[in-house]
Amino acid sequence: MIEVDGLTKRFVVREGRFRRTRRTVEAVRGISFTVERGELLGYLGPNGAGKSTTLKMLIGILVPSGGRVRVAGLEPSRQRVELARRIGAMFGQRVQLWWDLPLIDSFELLRHIYRVPADRYRTSLARFRDVLELDPFLHTPVRQLSLGQRIRGELTAAMLHEPELLFLDEPTIGLDVVAKQRVRDFLVEINRERGVTVLLTTHDLGDIERLCKRLLVIDHGSLIWDGSIAELKERYGPERTLIVDLEEPAPPLQIDGARVEKVDGPRQWLRFEGPAAELTARVAAAARLVDLQIAEPDIEEIVRRIYGSS
Amino acid sequence: MRVYLHLSAAQIRAQLQYRASFALDLVATFLISFLDFLAVLILFHNVPSLAGWNVHEVAFLYGASAVTFALAELFVGHSEVLGQHLRTGTFDILLARPRGTLFQMISSDLPLRRLGRVAQGAVVFGYALSGAHISWSLGRIAVLLSMLPTGIVIFASMWIAAMCVMFWTTEGGEFANAFTYGGQTLTQYPINLYSQWLRRFLAYLVPTAFVSYFPALYVLGKDDPLGLPRILQFSAPVVALAGALVAAFVWRVAVRHYRSAGG
Repeated sequence: MIEVDGLTKRFVVREGRFRRTRRTVEAVRGISFTVERGELLGYLGPNGAGKSTTLKMLIGILVPSGGRVRVAGLEPSRQRVELARRIGAMFGQRVQLWWDLPLIDSFELLRHIYRVPADRYRTSLARFRDVLELDPFLHTPVRQLSLGQRIRGELTAAMLHEPELLFLDEPTIGLDVVAKQRVRDFLVEINRERGVTVLLTTHDLGDIERLCKRLLVIDHGSLIWDGSIAELKERYGPERTLIVDLEEPAPPLQIDGARVEKVDGPRQWLRFEGPAAELTARVAAAARLVDLQIAEPDIEEIVRRIYGSS
Repeated sequence: MRVYLHLSAAQIRAQLQYRASFALDLVATFLISFLDFLAVLILFHNVPSLAGWNVHEVAFLYGASAVTFALAELFVGHSEVLGQHLRTGTFDILLARPRGTLFQMISSDLPLRRLGRVAQGAVVFGYALSGAHISWSLGRIAVLLSMLPTGIVIFASMWIAAMCVMFWTTEGGEFANAFTYGGQTLTQYPINLYSQWLRRFLAYLVPTAFVSYFPALYVLGKDDPLGLPRILQFSAPVVALAGALVAAFVWRVAVRHYRSAGG
């Protein structure tokens, strides 16, 4: 569905107020990856890492400085119009709906822009009204919608022409927990039920953990991870944490194969690698336990480690 | 075309969301532009003719230029909208849709308050026709009628080409305005009034002399005080076509230079 090979984007930046100097910045440095039809994958990276720039080259908004891109068999910057018919795009921070018009009017206009046949449009819209619960604000001008409502409108707008491939740039940014969950459920649904390939950039690790099996991580314009989340955890975060509650406060436990990271009254946090059973036995032998739990490394921490190491 | 009508209807509905403001804008635009022509009338109150042109003949130039310019501005003069798209990066959205970006930019606005200027130009042109001595013939009527589409196309091409500068500077709205409004103001008077370099500029580089001056010579049956070839008086459609092609080409180049905005 997507083939990227050695993709590069350079920008010329002019600096200085009076004496202008030109400097070339490589926003994306020769990245390569492929995406199969039906995948739902996350594209992660700190601000300015090159996420949006990559996305824009995949859509045909920016012309690459080097390398090769193929999306749905097309070359985005040269076959932009043809490609646009087959893909959907949503930019969390850019409004594509018509600001002063009721939401439904924007959908009508997009129907004409994308040349969606009337009957297809009706069934498609009916489904989104149902899944995203659009009815309460379908006739409200877009400028009066809450962020959550607007994002639901934007998602509908990106999907009305039934694209095979959906690009989302930070779809859940600024949303509250409930709204976020609704958007995530929707993405899972269109991916599973309709086989839509979804590529989303995000800062929200919750999005990644709940939605994506595969993850691309970019930093300083280079791809530093391409693989599953499980593998990522294994590679960068094999350590787990055993949290024990002792009968009474004690000095940090001395246990082979673990180190105490934190002590808070009778509760201690031990970092360890490998199976938990042996360690638990050793801890039980060394101290009187009331309770224990094991915490998996969270992705946020892992990502912090990756960014730190690159 | 159908899509354009849908999009334009949407723009009009959006403007009618603010009815009072819209009505005031329309009236104000008409009155302000009317004051502009008042200056011409005052001028002719003191002198009988300007470089061989009487008040009705100058009104002919002025009216033809004002109507076509105002219509071109109404349809394509969206430098504010484009500037906003380029500054905030929302031009991305146009590029993500399966339509030409020039088409989408043109259909992204239709500020009807500018009809006030069209009305003013039409009134001035009516005044010109009522007083000018025109010996009507089929050829003169044809040239007169062709002035409307060719003028709109020439000015529209100028608008588009001038707005393309914003793709490089992001803040070139003022430049575009100076170029277009300035170019238009010059066409309101006979070009033989100007110095030679400015005349050449108007005739060949920014071809606004073809909007009013050259066709007016023929319709009004005047001898060209500059003695330029008569063929120029019929060349406006060709110039309009060439202008449109150049504008479309410049737009293509500009869009490929689009850099988007961070986000």
